[in-house]
Amino acid sequence: MLNKVLNIALPKGRLGEKAYKMFKNAGFPCPEIEQDSRKLIFENPQIGVRYFWVKPSDVAIYVERGAADIGVTGKDILLEYEPDVYELLDLNIGKCRMAVAAKADFRDNRDCTLRVATKFSNIAAAYYQRQGRDIDIIHLNGSIEIAPILDLSDVIVDIVETGTTLKENNLVVFDEVLPISARLIANKANYKFKNEPIENLCTSLQDTIKAEE
Amino acid sequence: MDYNLKYDEKAVFALRALYGTYGYTQYKMNKFEEYDLYVRNKDFLISDAVITFTDTNGKLMAMKPDVTFSIIKDSDDKSSGVQKLYYNENVYRVSQHTGSFKEIMQVGLECIGDVDAYCIYEVLMLAAKSLKTMSESFVLDISHMGIIAAIIDGLDISKNQSSQLLKSIESKNVHELEALCTRFQIDTNSEQVLKQLILNYGAPKEVLPKLEAILKDTPAYEAFLEFQTILSAAQGSEIENMLRIDFSVINDIKYYNGFIFKGFIEGIPASVLSGGQYDKLMQKMKRKSGAIGFAVYLDMLERYEKPQKGYDVDTVLIYDESADVKSVKRAVSLLSKKASVLAVRQLPQDLNYRTLAKLKNGEVSIVE
Repeated sequence: MLNKVLNIALPKGRLGEKAYKMFKNAGFPCPEIEQDSRKLIFENPQIGVRYFWVKPSDVAIYVERGAADIGVTGKDILLEYEPDVYELLDLNIGKCRMAVAAKADFRDNRDCTLRVATKFSNIAAAYYQRQGRDIDIIHLNGSIEIAPILDLSDVIVDIVETGTTLKENNLVVFDEVLPISARLIANKANYKFKNEPIENLCTSLQDTIKAEE
Repeated sequence: MDYNLKYDEKAVFALRALYGTYGYTQYKMNKFEEYDLYVRNKDFLISDAVITFTDTNGKLMAMKPDVTFSIIKDSDDKSSGVQKLYYNENVYRVSQHTGSFKEIMQVGLECIGDVDAYCIYEVLMLAAKSLKTMSESFVLDISHMGIIAAIIDGLDISKNQSSQLLKSIESKNVHELEALCTRFQIDTNSEQVLKQLILNYGAPKEVLPKLEAILKDTPAYEAFLEFQTILSAAQGSEIENMLRIDFSVINDIKYYNGFIFKGFIEGIPASVLSGGQYDKLMQKMKRKSGAIGFAVYLDMLERYEKPQKGYDVDTVLIYDESADVKSVKRAVSLLSKKASVLAVRQLPQDLNYRTLAKLKNGEVSIVE
């Protein structure tokens, strides 16, 4: 039955490839996906699984709207967009942190509004609200690092993996907002109707995660 | 004529008939209510934005975003006896996805007054039967706020911390729950109970015995006994296999106290039915009695039945100036025996039809 195929949305790129390897080891392989191809949808009808590559920030949309039953996405996306989905597992991959960074000579002057450039407006707003800090959010879609250099903002709130990009742009991390890793999410309605395959996958993935720890 | 009714329209008729057979009477209301009715309990509403306008007498009015408030307001506040009502009304809410106001057709029922165990069972059963009228493949997820609240209230944590815990239960997020329990220094026993509430999902006959063992020595046991009694009443009924215990169904702890539930239909990506016991809202609205009810969101059904029809009308009848009223009438009644007929003098553009017929000199001929 076609509708009993488990639809899995993976984020395009390195994180998605890592996630696929985990799914494969957990008993959900799809040989077609391993061949070099420009295709976006891959299916393994023998075990009833269909993978598709989507833009990382769109995975939660596919899952929330039920086009995918489950998906892999970063905690940053879940906190920023708050989709109405189940968060079933911390996959322990794609680990990085959301941090506040600024030029090395930056000193926070609480007398005036702090200008914050970020892709993650909601996370940044919640972080500064907890501190009772008055801020002005400048929403950018990329190259956040140059905002303080061009005096567009005082600080940035962004994802830091190795810190190389920050260093090359003479920026320094001032505070960690939260740690981030990839999560397995599920559509709330589809979880009920495909409960068995989803639960089986979760158990196998959990074993894989434990074995790697 | 059946083929002119859309899936959600058919559902309205089926639901009204269902509630009628259990003696629920229809509640009709105005399109408008005084804004004051909603302002104090705004977070009970699904979206807190309300369309308001000033009436000719200067009163601030609202296009109703919800029916429950109006029913409570108009109900008799008696401590004995129950009122069983159903409604079929349009409500005005902000769509979660587009962020703009939308008119939504909503059908639901409320049982207000001295709500006893049978009333609760009946409402749960009617919720399940409502789903069954729409699809054979459905699930009714049931939870009990009394069980969750008894455990959370027993913990020494702030309101903000308890809402974080509830959020993790709502998203079945065990790893987050563990992290929160460590951060809030919650004892291992309570952490285990909360974890088990997330992990135990399934049919009542499988999950109830496990829950009994988990909740036996906790402050939630009394609420569990009520939960068990009512769910056991469904044993052997046609809906038994469609019920699932699922504590990720959580509603605002400020308003809901006992049973809460959500209904899902295979093929629709979000819940189509939602309800529960809202005695706390009744208390806030200075009522002595209890209440339980649910609503079916018919806007969700729109997507369920994809348009299968490849045509707008079965037959188009073209007649010319020479045809008189009687002969067109006769031709239409001849053609409309089993199908829809559009009688026009000129064929409309972009119209999909099955058959094209022409009326000439009183004779009907099929052209294509």
